[in-house]
Amino acid sequence: MTRTLRRLASSLVLLLFALLPITAFAQQQGLEIDIVGGNAAALPIAVVPMPFQGAGAAPGTDVSSIIRADLDRSGQFRSLPDRDIVEHPTTGSEVNYPTWRLLKQDFLLVGRVKDAGDGGYRVEYELFDVAKQQRLLGFAMTARSNAMRDVAHQIADAVYEKILGVRGAFWTRIAYVTAAGVGTGTRYALMVADADGVNPQTVVRSAVPLLSPAWSPDGRKLAYVSFERGNSSIYIQDISTGARQLVASFRGINSGPAFSPDGRQLALTLSKSGNPEIYVMDLGSKALRQVTNQIGIDTAAVFSPDGGSLYFMSDRGGKPQIYQAPAGGGSATRISFQGSYNADPSISYDGKKIAVAQGNGNNYRIAMLDLSLGSPRWSMLSPGSLDESPSFAPNASMVLYAAREGSRGVLYAVSADARVRQRLVLADGDVREPAWGPYRQQR
Amino acid sequence: MNATMNTATRVLMAAMLCTAAVACSKKVKEAPPPPATPTTAPVTEAPPTAGVYGPGDLDTDACLRTRVVYFDYDQDALRPEFQAAMACHAKYLRDRPSSRMTLEGNADERGSREYNLGLGERRGNAVSSALQANGGSGSQVTVVSYGEERPTCTESNEDCWAKNRRVEIVYTAK
Repeated sequence: MTRTLRRLASSLVLLLFALLPITAFAQQQGLEIDIVGGNAAALPIAVVPMPFQGAGAAPGTDVSSIIRADLDRSGQFRSLPDRDIVEHPTTGSEVNYPTWRLLKQDFLLVGRVKDAGDGGYRVEYELFDVAKQQRLLGFAMTARSNAMRDVAHQIADAVYEKILGVRGAFWTRIAYVTAAGVGTGTRYALMVADADGVNPQTVVRSAVPLLSPAWSPDGRKLAYVSFERGNSSIYIQDISTGARQLVASFRGINSGPAFSPDGRQLALTLSKSGNPEIYVMDLGSKALRQVTNQIGIDTAAVFSPDGGSLYFMSDRGGKPQIYQAPAGGGSATRISFQGSYNADPSISYDGKKIAVAQGNGNNYRIAMLDLSLGSPRWSMLSPGSLDESPSFAPNASMVLYAAREGSRGVLYAVSADARVRQRLVLADGDVREPAWGPYRQQR
Repeated sequence: MNATMNTATRVLMAAMLCTAAVACSKKVKEAPPPPATPTTAPVTEAPPTAGVYGPGDLDTDACLRTRVVYFDYDQDALRPEFQAAMACHAKYLRDRPSSRMTLEGNADERGSREYNLGLGERRGNAVSSALQANGGSGSQVTVVSYGEERPTCTESNEDCWAKNRRVEIVYTAK
């Protein structure tokens, strides 16, 4: 019985994704997304289509389908399929609660799109608790036609936060690196897209490898590593203006950039001393402060959310493991004690969870270490076998990571409870090095 | 008498030849499998002790034509079969003080890209140290690590990984 329900639920979700967004994504040459797991415990919500009720031209964006896709992707919600939506209320006064109770829906989202003048639109929406017959949200948002996806993601965020008590992260962006072609003909690009893979934008094009994109806390800039000078160098580039700055091009390795929470400092790996060590650069003065000084390889540092410490990987004990050290310098403490290889730490906004690439033999999986409990607890988020580069969503509800399928790289986003996983595939070529951006600023 | 001695000598010589032949064929079997490209041949003969290398030797000398040094998984220790190559490249650097080389360190795809940058550099440094131990000057050598970003083989299997765990010796000035 349960299994049948679960299968039904997952096939419904699959069907939804097969029908709605993929074709749209493909047209925009973004990442294709498909869900490879389902969550039977997800909350049922009916997202009723939000018709255009204006006099002018209808918007090209179907707001309700974007909201629905967002909620489904989170793994926390299971939206009612179109064919089961038997009534089409657009305001609270049109809601007939028994209908939605009969359809076993916990929540109901209705709305409509109107003209707002100057070619803009106004989206009015209301969220209801079906059992309590209570309105939870009632808002309107206005936007130009090219920002309607943003509006839809923001509505999904509001719904997510109202019901789950956690800020939504649908209206965010992701950065990643693509590689297309073979051998010396390989072309690389640093890309930025909406968190659902739509609206891909090329930030940097390159004939040499690019890696390790890192977001500035305001979401305006990316630090990354390029080999365009022959050796690895670190650049910081403004995403919208394209203006960029070479920040590190020392002898040896220049890699692993990560911004401090206030955006004023950059943690990075330099081997100018002869061995890869963690440094912190003051971005104003470019002054460097050395944080580690060990024989091992120390790299892939990230700041703790309070900026006070750095998490990084080091093989000082033999194999790579995760360590924590004061950002100002000082002795490091080993954090990871499970798995023979722990790499690429990403830390949740509250500092309580660390996602890593964990290797055992030839199998590399994404693992999460929860530090909020009495004793550290590990959970596995991905099946392997060559998974790497985990990156938390800003609300830590999901983790984005890179995997290999055949000889090409794909990205996955997995819910932090590991129950729902979705694949983001680039139509042609390799995708790797994902980095989930910060919350965007409200307009 | 003579005939007997001759016979004995012949038997002995035959036995010696046989031993040599067996040893020889065994040695061939123990050598690493044939390389994918002619420039990667592991060469066992010692570099010439007399004579001075010239740029032409980079294309013709069997030892100097070894330009790729392979490594074991997660290791930066130089395998014994590359010692001869270290000796002849070090001699080339000594013979040609104006020559310069870049050692491009690489790793296989497994694990962290950031860590593999470090691993590639370690391998480059291991080759650089071996060249210097053989009398080459460190000032002629530059190490660059590409980590796992420049694979020569893109399948996810041990054969491919073994080809990608390498340091490429690139002469930037001959």
